[in-house]
Amino acid sequence: MKLWERYHTPTTVDEAVALLQQYAGTARIIAGGTDLLVEMREGHHDPFPALIDITSIPSLRTIQIEKDTVYIGAGVAHTPIVKNPVLVERATCLVESCGVIGGPQVRNVGTLGGNVAHALPAGDGTTSLVALDAEVEIFKNGKRRWVNILEMFTGPGQSLLDSTRDVLLQFRFRLSGKNEATAFKRIMRPQGVALPILGCAVWVRLDESREYFDMVRVCIAPIAPTPTRISELEEVLKGQPANEVSIQKAVDTGLKVVHPRTSKYRATAEYRQEMMELLLRRTLPLAIERARTGKAIPEGVGLK
Amino acid sequence: MSKLSLTVNDTPHDLEIPESRTLAQLLRYDLGLTGTKIGCEEAECGICTVLVDGVPVDSCIFPAFKAQGCSVTTIEGLAKGEELHPLQRNFIEHGAVQCGFCTPGLIMTSAALLEENLHPSEEDIKIALKDTFCRCTGYTSVMRAIKSAAQELRGQAPLPVNEPSVRERGKVIGHSVPPQEVREKVTGQAKYTDDYIFPGMLFGRTLRSPYPHAKILRIDTSRAKALSGVYAVLTYEDVPGENLHGLVYRDWPVLCHDVVRYVGDAVAIVAAESEDIAAKALCLIDVEYAPLPVVADPVYAHSPEAPILHPNHPTGNLLKHIKVRHGDIDRGFTEADVIIEREYRTPIIEHAFLEPECSIGVPAGVADHEKLTVYVGSQIPYQDRNQIALAMGLPEEQVRVIGTLIGGGFGGKEDIAGQIHAAMLAAVTGHPVKMLYTRQESLIFHPKRHATIIRIKTGAKKDGRLTAVQATLYGDGGAYASLSDKVMTRATTHATGPYDVPNAKIDCYAMYTNNVPSGAFRGFGVTQSAFAVEQNMDLVAEALGIDPIALRLINAQKVGVTTATGQVLRDSVGLIETIDKVRADMQNFQWGWREGHKAYGWGFACAYKNTGLGGGAPDKAEAEIEAFEDGTIEVRIAAADMGQGIAHVVAQCAAEELSLPYNRVKVLLCDTDRTPNGGPTTGSRQTYISGNASRMAAGVLREALAQSAAELLDVPPEQIRFEEGLMRYNGHTVEFGDVVGWMKRNNLTPRSRYEYWAPKTQPLGTGGDMHIAFSYATQAALVEVDLETGEVHVLKVLSATDIGRAINPLMLQGQIEGGIVMAMGNALTEAFISENGVPWTTLLSRYKMPSIKHTPEIVSHLVEHPTADGPYGAKGVGEIPSINTMPAIANAIYHATGVRVFTVPVDQDSLLRAIKSGQPELHTAWQDVR
Ligand SMILES: Cc1cc2nc3c(=O)[nH]c(=O)nc-3n(C[C@H](O)[C@H](O)[C@H](O)COP(=O)(O)OP(=O)(O)OC[C@H]3O[C@@H](n4cnc5c(N)ncnc54)[C@H](O)[C@@H]3O)c2cc1C
Ligand code: FES
Ligand code: FES
Repeated sequence: MKLWERYHTPTTVDEAVALLQQYAGTARIIAGGTDLLVEMREGHHDPFPALIDITSIPSLRTIQIEKDTVYIGAGVAHTPIVKNPVLVERATCLVESCGVIGGPQVRNVGTLGGNVAHALPAGDGTTSLVALDAEVEIFKNGKRRWVNILEMFTGPGQSLLDSTRDVLLQFRFRLSGKNEATAFKRIMRPQGVALPILGCAVWVRLDESREYFDMVRVCIAPIAPTPTRISELEEVLKGQPANEVSIQKAVDTGLKVVHPRTSKYRATAEYRQEMMELLLRRTLPLAIERARTGKAIPEGVGLK
Repeated sequence: MSKLSLTVNDTPHDLEIPESRTLAQLLRYDLGLTGTKIGCEEAECGICTVLVDGVPVDSCIFPAFKAQGCSVTTIEGLAKGEELHPLQRNFIEHGAVQCGFCTPGLIMTSAALLEENLHPSEEDIKIALKDTFCRCTGYTSVMRAIKSAAQELRGQAPLPVNEPSVRERGKVIGHSVPPQEVREKVTGQAKYTDDYIFPGMLFGRTLRSPYPHAKILRIDTSRAKALSGVYAVLTYEDVPGENLHGLVYRDWPVLCHDVVRYVGDAVAIVAAESEDIAAKALCLIDVEYAPLPVVADPVYAHSPEAPILHPNHPTGNLLKHIKVRHGDIDRGFTEADVIIEREYRTPIIEHAFLEPECSIGVPAGVADHEKLTVYVGSQIPYQDRNQIALAMGLPEEQVRVIGTLIGGGFGGKEDIAGQIHAAMLAAVTGHPVKMLYTRQESLIFHPKRHATIIRIKTGAKKDGRLTAVQATLYGDGGAYASLSDKVMTRATTHATGPYDVPNAKIDCYAMYTNNVPSGAFRGFGVTQSAFAVEQNMDLVAEALGIDPIALRLINAQKVGVTTATGQVLRDSVGLIETIDKVRADMQNFQWGWREGHKAYGWGFACAYKNTGLGGGAPDKAEAEIEAFEDGTIEVRIAAADMGQGIAHVVAQCAAEELSLPYNRVKVLLCDTDRTPNGGPTTGSRQTYISGNASRMAAGVLREALAQSAAELLDVPPEQIRFEEGLMRYNGHTVEFGDVVGWMKRNNLTPRSRYEYWAPKTQPLGTGGDMHIAFSYATQAALVEVDLETGEVHVLKVLSATDIGRAINPLMLQGQIEGGIVMAMGNALTEAFISENGVPWTTLLSRYKMPSIKHTPEIVSHLVEHPTADGPYGAKGVGEIPSINTMPAIANAIYHATGVRVFTVPVDQDSLLRAIKSGQPELHTAWQDVR
């Protein structure tokens, strides 16, 4: 079945925007197409008169590091993220999450931008970007602006972006520095669709002694219609010793404030609760260890 | 149309093509590079993988215009002229090619890996190939082929082939010769049905019911007919002959008339000049339905309140009640010291052959087609012809079915798919018509493995001897009979397990429902009953305090035992040897232990499976062999090779009889005008039946050749010896081909034909030999269970399989490894889900078959207890390996965790909660998570 008519490969953002305007809300942005084309085949969309490919725009295909901030273009696929040595060391959770999306064929074309624009409650790349407190540059209503990643999502599968009019341009976030580190892990099942039962990304900063939490960010998904952080849990850890006892407190808080749902053919609420506990116990110590040693070797890339 | 410039396999192209193309379409349709296969169009199966600027991508979801200015490499571009790429060579050498449909994808993905990494570890290979699926091989051979190719690329010697040992070899028999057409398969030259194109070819599509059960009130095709580019829109009124088909019961409408019985039932068909127009036309057919109450499960189907789905069937929704009665069941249980009774459930399972169904109808009169011809990759070409002829109202001789290569079947390509529809559309339009199913259509349409509910009661004495087995089975046959009768009969007759059980009472109810029909699937019902039988065996062992292996040895069938159907086993019962072989590999093992948060356990299970149709059905095959002056022969037989390898089996048999080198044998399969009938490719029958037909046809040819050679050399024919393509007498030699030439010059036809009839069998219930032979197998599985997540991994499977005689050890091993991994999928990953008759599994992304990352280490031993009438002693192997893996895994999970799973696929969610709460029995599976 013909799923689209015209296929545009603009080379600048301006050109892409002009095309969107020209089609007045009937054409759609495509990045890797690993979500969009599959959804189109499933019949979720009527055929589009045109697709506008943003991966042909060179400026959206770069990973740039300026001091401690990294800029990742919306057209960057998962593979170059996973292979980027700076990200491996200083945005480990993102590498761990992009590294488990699909197989190599999907990671070679699917983008981080697409993962966020798709706005699933548990897109793996998104989960890590939330823990990294990333910002997103979007083009909307005729102008560019930066928004916090959490502000992007308005409902399941819905974001600030209308991908027939708006463009996600790039991400930026601070790379982990001294005494800081991240980790991502997820729980899958071998049956059914390739979406996590639960994914968890954490960002931690220890104090100078490396014995106490200075600050923590935790994103667990899916636990709500949109990706969220668990601020109560983050608060509980602040200033606490970076040890088992504190992690237990974090778990207790998580169990109190987070109430995941049962979803058909994915997981029961009870199981998700158990997995939340487990993921906290697996990711927090790992991030602490990484922050203490200043070394991070991504785990599970390609297989989990 | 727009301009696209790219380089494909080093050739630059400037193309004018529609912008809506995907890269796969561009390669296949615009460039004719049909080596790139399409299996799902969902980025799930990975078999469409090609390299874009060296990077592997799924070409099915890669817009062609993304490749503007890029360099694309496909399977056709890998070999350097005649010189195969080391990956291609090693895939052949190591037996990593069966049906070959996945092969281009696997090789391209591997090529990208080796470009980057010439020292790939097992884990590297698993990461690279994680989403490139193969349903046939089980991946073990694939892994070895890749490692071996890497060695070669590093300048080292390739890995030795990991061939199982065999008892004795003949000249050709017992040798791991390469399968037929394997070079074509690794180079992308092999042609499957969708790879054929005929001038003026139209594209067919099928309108299917969205309701599981509904009355059809009205069908209006006028809007569809009016669409420009549409050549025909046909409904039940247009079926020229009988509007019914079916392999056992003719109950399945070619096109539904008054009622639809499942989601997927065909209501109308369309032929149009493009796939797009055909798809559009479907949307313009107006059908008005009145939904009817749905019968969604077999037990309800049996109840008096359930609506009757086939009013003409004499026993209502009960398609068939199958009974086994043996000995005195009451006495059996009175004598028992322990009695174990449990209920087991198995879900509907999808074959997931990687090639979706495709048929091409070519009308009589089109160039080279004297009669209405259907090209199809089918398991039963002659029955296809029969069913097409009946529906077309034509004599069978006016229909020709030409079998193409088959991209996997596993039982799922026995029933009619698009064959009749393609023939109808071709006949009406006067054009060739291709009817290719999408993956999503294939999923909802074709018959599956039966879901079952099995209640089984096993009695045993203190010393371990079994005294009785009583069982009740329900099989969900779905909307149409398909092969339910035969499949559920096997489930019933094999429900004692491969044991000496003096008393048995087994009742099976094969039911009509409004679910997708179920039919043949590797294991033929025995896969399901073994899941119950072998777990009950472990429960009996535990109750008696006897080791599970010892219990099986005490009761194992041996020569002289009478089965529950009254068959005295006269030869070829290698079960005990298979148990011994597996047990020997398990030295110093514990049944279960824990390390940290991981629990480990071994599970053991035995199985048997009949070879051939049995049950009184006449079982025969006919082969023809022709010899040529160049010293080659061609074996002709309509037996389907869906990757399992019947082509090389018949070739080896003929080569052995004629003492010809294997490479001088060509095989022509499945052309109803040119190859005699080999019968259905089902029930593990072809090696035995068609193997014998080929062997005997070769014997007849040999006599004729000997006669002629004798005249040529002027000696008595008995003294002619056949050696390596020569005929000899006392130092005199003539070439095989010269004798053929001599025959031709003397007006003798160097051709033979032989119709082989298998030994007679008896129908169930009459005692005597129900089957011509049984294969036996033992497997032990080692599993790891994560006590924190409930995740289950199979680490190792040890197997020993009695196949009578090994014709081709490496290919046999491929059947075993593939069968084990497929059955592991049944245990851990697969279920086709329907919700009140409406399938939820409408996408391949919702149906996970095992990927390479799940592949355990597999050890496979061959056990050879020859059966008297099999070719060189051989019996069937196609199904036996996929029967005991599931219970072996279930038993292993029990030993690891103390929780027994009574249904599959294992749900880590409820398993974890059962482990934590100390609940010993788990009766829910993945599909119960709601
Ligand atoms: C086999 C398979 C396995 C997968 N496994 C996972 C997994 O494990 N975890 C996971 O999270 N995801 C998974 N995915 C989903 C998907 O691959 C990822 O979400 C991927 O990152 C999507 O990126 P893309 O570039 O392909 O997006 P596209 O499909 O191109 O786009 C997705 C959506 O976002 C819009 N869009 C994309 N880019 C922009 C932009 N710059 N501006 C505006 N709108 C835009 C599109 O219009 C579309 O609606 C899987 C997919 C497949 C096919
Ligand atoms: S992934 Fe492309 S056909 Fe399956
Ligand atoms: S050989 Fe891999 S799918 Fe058949």
